[in-house]
Formats: sequence, structure tokens, C-alpha cells
Amino acid sequence: MDGEALHGRTLTELAQGLESGEITAVGIAEHLLERIAQTEERLNAFITVTADEALAAAAAADRERAAGRTRPLLGLPIVHKDLFCTRGVLTTCGSRMLSNFVSPYDATVVARLREAGAVMLGKTNMDEFAMGSSNETSWYGPVRNPWDVTRSPGGSSGGTAAAVAARVVPAGTGTDTGGSIRQPAALTGTVGLKPTYGRVSRFGMVAFASSLDQAGVITRTVEDAALLLGVMAGFDEKDSTSVDHPVPDYRAALGRGVAGLKIGIVRQHFDEGLDAECAERVRAALSLLEREGAVLTEIDLPHIDLSVPTYYVVAPAEASSNLSRFDGVRFGYRAENPKDLLDLYCRTRGEGFGAEVKRRIMTGTYVLSAGYYDAYYLRAQKVRELISRDFREAFATVDVIAGPTAPTPAFALGEKTADPITMYLNDIYTIGANLAGLPGISIPCGFARGLPVGLHLVGAHFAEETLLAAAHHYQALTDWHRACPEGFA
Amino acid sequence: MSLTREQIQHLAMLARLELAESEFDDVQAKLSSIVEFVDRLQAAPVDDVVPMAHPLSGAQRLRPDVVTEVIDRDAIQANAPAVQDGFYLVPKVIEQG
Repeated sequence: MDGEALHGRTLTELAQGLESGEITAVGIAEHLLERIAQTEERLNAFITVTADEALAAAAAADRERAAGRTRPLLGLPIVHKDLFCTRGVLTTCGSRMLSNFVSPYDATVVARLREAGAVMLGKTNMDEFAMGSSNETSWYGPVRNPWDVTRSPGGSSGGTAAAVAARVVPAGTGTDTGGSIRQPAALTGTVGLKPTYGRVSRFGMVAFASSLDQAGVITRTVEDAALLLGVMAGFDEKDSTSVDHPVPDYRAALGRGVAGLKIGIVRQHFDEGLDAECAERVRAALSLLEREGAVLTEIDLPHIDLSVPTYYVVAPAEASSNLSRFDGVRFGYRAENPKDLLDLYCRTRGEGFGAEVKRRIMTGTYVLSAGYYDAYYLRAQKVRELISRDFREAFATVDVIAGPTAPTPAFALGEKTADPITMYLNDIYTIGANLAGLPGISIPCGFARGLPVGLHLVGAHFAEETLLAAAHHYQALTDWHRACPEGFA
Repeated sequence: MSLTREQIQHLAMLARLELAESEFDDVQAKLSSIVEFVDRLQAAPVDDVVPMAHPLSGAQRLRPDVVTEVIDRDAIQANAPAVQDGFYLVPKVIEQG
């Protein structure tokens, strides 16, 4: 078996190899586990590697295939962001607070992928409780970007993004509350898909901001993203905000092309905040789509400039409430020798949470506190409505909104940690989709100073097929997604 | 707008977070800059706008209030820092009179 080629293959290519009998699931798992071992020192992409479970699951997959049965992902490797609960395996959420937490159940996303035959190789590193855009807030140390290991892979799903970009694994899950799938995908040259809010179950995801959180995937090809979304999407009665909406055959939509596709370009997204080289790459990608028959129009989202401040009221407010469950009583970290219950709570949380998480909890506490609620939280919810209305009006005239995913290519580790606002502004182009609950995808569209640049496409609610078709068409014409970071071939 | 030291202490207590003395200045500076940043919302034209509670407007589903699955108590409590006889242990909360 050609080991060199194995880790460079996409899920779709591995599936073909398994089907033809050229390779085995055990062969894939063994090779990729070895690959993890070889690259971890450089990347720090994993918190837990589940080698024994993976080999056992792979062997079972091979036996099942030998018996003439198959499933959509039988024997295909996957990694999960360490925010998805996995039964019997550590789920830390990148935090000291959950550094000893072993979930008694599987997240629905994990269960569905497992039932489809996928083999979990491990749990990936992330910003603590998904709060961060650089992976530097992880209790387990920052993930490094394979394109330049002195730089951040973005965050919070940076572990999955780095592992996929470095050809350690072909695909993994992530979550996106303000850009946490799409921004790291852009910074690592991978495909990052955040579905419509409610499209994929949130059950078993450690909650950050419940009205914004959505599970998705990071892959190297749009085709693989479509394959995984088809398995993950769908109604789940265990998630009260899961939507009972038919799940189409996403892969069947890939060939639709872009002829006649109406693409809106947001004026505000090409202002002075955007790196000039990134702007050039994104404009070139849009021109290519135009030559393929797409129709470009400039549009206005009049309130989009308020999306980041809106987010930094709404998300911390929900987080402060969600994270109140970490009290040192039922699970997770507990401070030693508490003198009374108050001391137990305060020290457990003071010691168990990192600086960014504490800041967000306190921000949320502030905007929800008596005397400030109307001025901040209620006002932010009204602005959120204005932003959503802008998108609704835009989608009355265009099919897709396109622009850059992130304002700059990957930045250096430590570069933005001193000022939280600079870090928050990294998500300036992605946050709007979360506030409005819209699906978005980032795909590689070139390089700036040797670092990947992402093209961001946003669609109307449940318009994943439109996004995937446009993104797939672009990938069929370009090779950016095939570029491999030096030292990781 | 700059938050005072007393405001930071009050917020930390409301959020049940102990801040080490060494963390204080950093928290005060960064939280103040975050509040100043989100103050941009004050200029937004929100008169007569209905606040958005949720990205999808559909009503929340109801379900029958019945037990659908049972997870073994011991399995759940395996994650607890301190348990005894199926109970969670916490520091004494009732003062003796």
C-alpha cells in the first residue's frame, strides 16, 4: 500500500480505495495515527488521540465490508473538536475546568458519524470553550499553523483546521459561533462549512452561545464537506432548536455550476480593514466566478459594521449563563480545601477558567446586570434584528453574498493577545452569518505572502446546496486546495 | 468608559469568579476596552425595532414530559469531584445554631 499517498487523500478518494479493496480501514487508521505521532510536536493539534478505539473500529469496519455490507462513511477517518461529547473519551473543551471530564454520552454529531461508519482518531485542540480566534486561549497550549509554525491557525476550531491542512487527517468537525470554523479554514487553506443555525444538532456540544453555536466541518474539498454534512444534518429531538427540514443529497447539488448565480459583494467588506493582497485574491476569485457565468452586484448591508459589537454583547451574555453550570460540584475541576460553598464556587471558577473565558463571563454578567440590561443586551438584540433584516433584504435580490473570510492572512502567535478588540475584529466578516443564523463556507482562493487566503460565501437559510455548488465549481477550476504546506507532504 | 476597581470586584462576585491580585489590572483594562467597544451600539437606530431573540422564528417545540432514557447514576457521578452514597458532597452550608 502506498503510505505516502494515503494521508494526502480526501475522504472521497479514501472511500473509493476502500470500495475497490485497494486499501483497508485498518491500514488508513494505522497510517494516520502514525502521521499524528509524527506531526504533533510541530502542530499541537490534538488533545486526545484515541488509537485503540480507532483501530478496533477500523477492524470492525473492514469485517463489515468483507461481509458485503456498507455504510456511507464506513472505515473513513474523522477527528472531532474537543467540544463534542464522546462517550468514554475525555472531552475537555480546551479548558482546565473540564480537563478530567469523560462524557457518559455521545453528541448527536458524533453518534451520527459513528453510525455512518466513520472511525474517530482523536479529539482536537481548540480555544478554551471556543472563545478565541487564534487557539491561544487553550489550556493545552496553542495550535500552530502548518503554513508557518510561528503563526496561529486561527480559532477556535484551530486543531481540526491545522490537522486537515497538514494532511494529518482528511476531515474533522468544528463549531462556529462567530467564525470559529470559517476563519481557521481561511488561515490554513482548508474548506470550512458552517451550516444554517438548526441544520445540525447541538446536542452534546458544550454550549458557548446557544443562539449562535452551530456544528460544521473542515475538509480539503467541498465534495468532502458535502459528504459529511449529509450525514450530520437533520432533525434531532434532543436539540430544542433543531429544525425539521428535509436533508437534500448535498453531493447531487455539486454539479449545478454558477451560470446565472447572483453574487452580492458587500461594499463594507472591502474597506481599509482588509489586507490589500487578500483583497486582490478575493477579487480574482470573484472575477473567475463571473467569467463562469455568475452575475456580480454590489450590495449594502447598512448595519454590518455593528455586527462585532453586537456579537460581543450577545455571545458573552449567553456564555455567562451557559457557563454557570461549572461549579465544582457535579463534574469538572474543583478547587482544593474550600472553606465554604462560596469559596468553592469562586476558587473553582477562578482557577478552572482561563483569562479570556473569565473576561467573557464578566462581560456577559455586566451587560445582563441590573441597570445595564436595556442599554446593552436589549439594544444588541435589536441591532441583531437590523443586521438580520439587512441580510433578508439582500437575499431578495442575490443568491450568495461573497467576500473575504478574514481581514488578514495568519498572524503571528502572540501578535494579537494584548488587545482583545484587535483579536475580536478578526471575525468581522464572519460574525454576521452567526447573528442571522445563515450558512457560510470558506474555501482557499490563493496566497498572500505565502499564507492561505479564504473566499467566504454566505447563503440564505438552508441554502447549503447553493453554497456548496458554487464552492465546488470554484475548486474544480483551481488548485489552491491542493497546495500542501512545506514539510507536511 | 472605564470600569472602576469596585465594579470589577462586584462583577467578579456576581459571576462567582475569584480574581487573583495579579490578574486585576489586566481584567480592568481589557474589560473597560470591551465595554467602550460595545458602546458603539448606543448610536444605533433601534427605535421601534423588535429585539431578536433567536435566528429562526419558528416556535419552540413541546414534547410530552416523560422519561425517554435513563443514564446510570454511577456513570454520571464518576465525573463528580466528591460523592458519597449517590450524593454530591459540598462544604457545609447550614450553620449550627
